[in-house]
Amino acid sequence: MSERDAIVFKYTVSDDDFTRAGEASSDVKRKLKQMNVSPEVIRKVSIAMYEGEINMVIHADGGEITVTLTPEEIIMELKDKGPGIADIEKAMQAGYSTAPENVRSLGFGAGMGLPNMKKYSDDMSIDTVIGVGTTVTMKVKMI
Amino acid sequence: MKKSSELTKNEKFKLINEGDNFDKEVEKIFCCDLLSIAMGRAPAGSAWVTVMANINTFAVATLADVSCVIIAEGMDIDEVTLEKAKEKGITLFSTEEPVYEAALLAKETFEL
Repeated sequence: MSERDAIVFKYTVSDDDFTRAGEASSDVKRKLKQMNVSPEVIRKVSIAMYEGEINMVIHADGGEITVTLTPEEIIMELKDKGPGIADIEKAMQAGYSTAPENVRSLGFGAGMGLPNMKKYSDDMSIDTVIGVGTTVTMKVKMI
Repeated sequence: MKKSSELTKNEKFKLINEGDNFDKEVEKIFCCDLLSIAMGRAPAGSAWVTVMANINTFAVATLADVSCVIIAEGMDIDEVTLEKAKEKGITLFSTEEPVYEAALLAKETFEL
């Protein structure tokens, strides 16, 4: 694949703003629909990216998301300057959460974020450094 | 299969917002209040019954492609929340019924 086949979208996720959380995912969803990407792929990308977006708001004062579309796959890179993930294995367990109470009262913090992201992406990798930040890269294959 | 709009025929449900998906068919009923779970599990095309009436509910509803949202227990839907539903074009109903009863009534109405 050549570089020019790729389409790139960039988003900034704002700090602690639950009223806007999901805007980046909604925008990507809208764009993929316009491009006639299959509904199944759109659903996977939407869910995986929304969970990531919410995680960035809850845990990391926001961050940057880059979505790259190639003919073969959609790559989502979610980069934050948050506290880092101390125990990835634990964080990947369904039900494990370090989200604060105010977040739980909004219906989040069920410890399903990372498990959902893994479930709905075809490939996920986490690069995290304590005190520096976390980059989660998710890939969803085009059908 | 019945459309979201069918619910207007049942007086227990009040139409709060007629969204873009008003004529979308309802394939299933789904009940859940935890948004993270609903996000991953709400079937596309379902009528989602919840007591969680906040703006994030509608972000999840849009992304999960549900046919309509039913707010149970007569939970208050404030202006900001309603605006979000309108902005996202989500079909929204409310009912005084608890979640279980609301789901049963919806199931009957949609003949599922």
